[in-house]
Amino acid sequence: MKHTISVLVENQPGVLSRISGLFSRRGFNIDSLAVGVTDDPSVSRVTIIVDGNEYTVEQVLKQLNKLIDVIKVKCLGADENIARELVLVKIAVTGEKRSEIMTLAEITKAEIIDISPTTMTLQLADTTANVLRFEEIVRPYGVVEEVRTGVIALEKGAECITVKK
Amino acid sequence: MAKMKACEAMVECLRAEGIKVVFGYPGAAICPFYDKLIESDIKHILVRHEANGGHSANGYARISGKPGVCIATSGPGALNLIPAIATAYADSIPLICITGQVNCDQIGRDVFQEADITGSAEPFVKHSYLVKNASDLPRIMKEAFYIAGSGRPGPVLIDVPMDVQNTEIDFEYPKKVEIRSYKPTGKGNMAQIKRVIKALDEAKKPLICVGGGVFASDAVEEITRLSEIMQIPVITTMMGISAFSDDNPLFFGMLGMHGVRAANKAVKECDVLFLVGARVGDRAVRMPLLLEESTKIIHIDIDPAEIGKNVSTNIPLVGDAKLVLRQMLSYAEPDRHDDWIEKLNSYVSEPVYKECDEGTVNPRKFISKLSDKMPENTTVVADVGQNQIWTATSYKMRGGRFLTSGGMGTMGYAIPAAIGAKLADKSHEVVAICGDGAFQMSFMELATAVQHGVDLKVIVMTNHYLGMVRELQKNHYDNRLTAVSLEGSPDFITLAKAYGIPCMRVTNEAEGEQAIRKLSEEKGSFFVECVVGDFHATLNE
Repeated sequence: MKHTISVLVENQPGVLSRISGLFSRRGFNIDSLAVGVTDDPSVSRVTIIVDGNEYTVEQVLKQLNKLIDVIKVKCLGADENIARELVLVKIAVTGEKRSEIMTLAEITKAEIIDISPTTMTLQLADTTANVLRFEEIVRPYGVVEEVRTGVIALEKGAECITVKK
Repeated sequence: MAKMKACEAMVECLRAEGIKVVFGYPGAAICPFYDKLIESDIKHILVRHEANGGHSANGYARISGKPGVCIATSGPGALNLIPAIATAYADSIPLICITGQVNCDQIGRDVFQEADITGSAEPFVKHSYLVKNASDLPRIMKEAFYIAGSGRPGPVLIDVPMDVQNTEIDFEYPKKVEIRSYKPTGKGNMAQIKRVIKALDEAKKPLICVGGGVFASDAVEEITRLSEIMQIPVITTMMGISAFSDDNPLFFGMLGMHGVRAANKAVKECDVLFLVGARVGDRAVRMPLLLEESTKIIHIDIDPAEIGKNVSTNIPLVGDAKLVLRQMLSYAEPDRHDDWIEKLNSYVSEPVYKECDEGTVNPRKFISKLSDKMPENTTVVADVGQNQIWTATSYKMRGGRFLTSGGMGTMGYAIPAAIGAKLADKSHEVVAICGDGAFQMSFMELATAVQHGVDLKVIVMTNHYLGMVRELQKNHYDNRLTAVSLEGSPDFITLAKAYGIPCMRVTNEAEGEQAIRKLSEEKGSFFVECVVGDFHATLNE
């Protein structure tokens, strides 16, 4: 079972290695990890997708909370969060195939962000399920390079995870 | 505000924390700090290996109740500290580990004696700092002491590059700590406390299991009062030994794989098991062998991550044991469990000591007799191996402290930890008990004891084997003894004499009596080699 965990941490060197080290030494499986600074420059937000049962997730939350640099930890309910990830795909296409790609991009809401004599690069920001479907659709055209950000997520509605000022 | 170099400020921080003794080993990258330390009233104990400095600080912390401080230089010095850091982490002992580091602009270039110590020690520290800005040092030192000693205690590492130590700063030691991401729990949730009291009230066969957390939170008095008011029998983990006097009629000894029968029977038969500051390690309770499914488990721990980690809990209670127990005491009503206590008493048997081969003594008998004669407030430090089990189960505690490396099982712990324990309170006796394996991992610290006038009583149980491993190989590897013979060991009496320490060898009961007299009555250090049968075991003996 996949769980989405949001972690607010002090924006300091070494914090990410503390978090990733904790996961590897305690045998927790990370599916994806994304990190970036928040509106408060002293705070970064880490989004981790963990694969595991209830016991594992409980331990992940508790052990993360023990790290001094971790300010807040929350497991976002599966139906109560909005999650997105970004994918960039470079496809080897030339000639008339290019117009097919343009149609595909339109249908999938992907954007063409770069073009060269031999390649086109597409960008899509969507749910993991849609990103996977998109990959499947463009794969036959010949993917030469691909990169994904990993999932970031917020809670639906007015609920939020904030640091008291 | 005073202008001074950061290295001098570090010393001032230690003084402000009331530190009187530190343990360390100098080197180039920590020399600025040492150059200022010598001008202060803080006593520096030069150990003979950095890990032992960490163990000494560990022993010091456990007796003084304050974080112990150890110091090492960059690279190999800092790396040598790691086993001691891990040992303290496993037993939740507060340490402040100060290491020198190469200059900031050289970090990451693999220069001489450079090691990423904050990275290397990361799995074993409660927190760590690499100080890159000298003006942060006073705050970091203040935070480090607070983090090490509060909540679930543990080691905190402060790595200070040499150029940072030499930078001039405006020094003022902060009065308060403000870490927004660290707020350890204190009192327990009132509703949970009432549930715990109710469960204990309703129990027919309640049992309290005390762990090392009781010492960390200084809750020995509170747990004793609770057990006496409610008449609940008590057992301990290895880390909890000495929380209860062996003379207390409610006390039934240590549980676990190497524990005593009454304690293990108690765990098996109780209907409510109340764990206080015990993490229920795998050597204590082999799940699900020992616990009945119907046993209700109550668990107090300051670390929420321990609750439910090793054993599922019916009533979790997060908080500081002392505060939680005080809350409980205001609700606890006198109770009786005479039948249950009588039943447990029926499992207690007087130890039977096996006849020993000519020229050897029974280690359990020797230790038991020793405990009858040593002053009641003696600190006993057991090393790791068979000697640890013999000491844990045979030394009758009557008010002193029992120290050992419980979680990590670090061999060589006893002598350096005993040095620290003695320096924390010079007025009391400290006995280190080791085997001939562990002793040879840290006997160089006898020089430290001699150099700094630290009086120790040292007992080495010699059986010419790494006895615990030998026993394991006998029981589980068809007695194929592999790499466990200690042939080639020196004559330990000659060795003690070389250090100028009065000593004697014990090969029979009469000599045993004589040695115990010397150990318990003589001032100053005394060294005893106790010759044990090569194949004397811990299990089924």
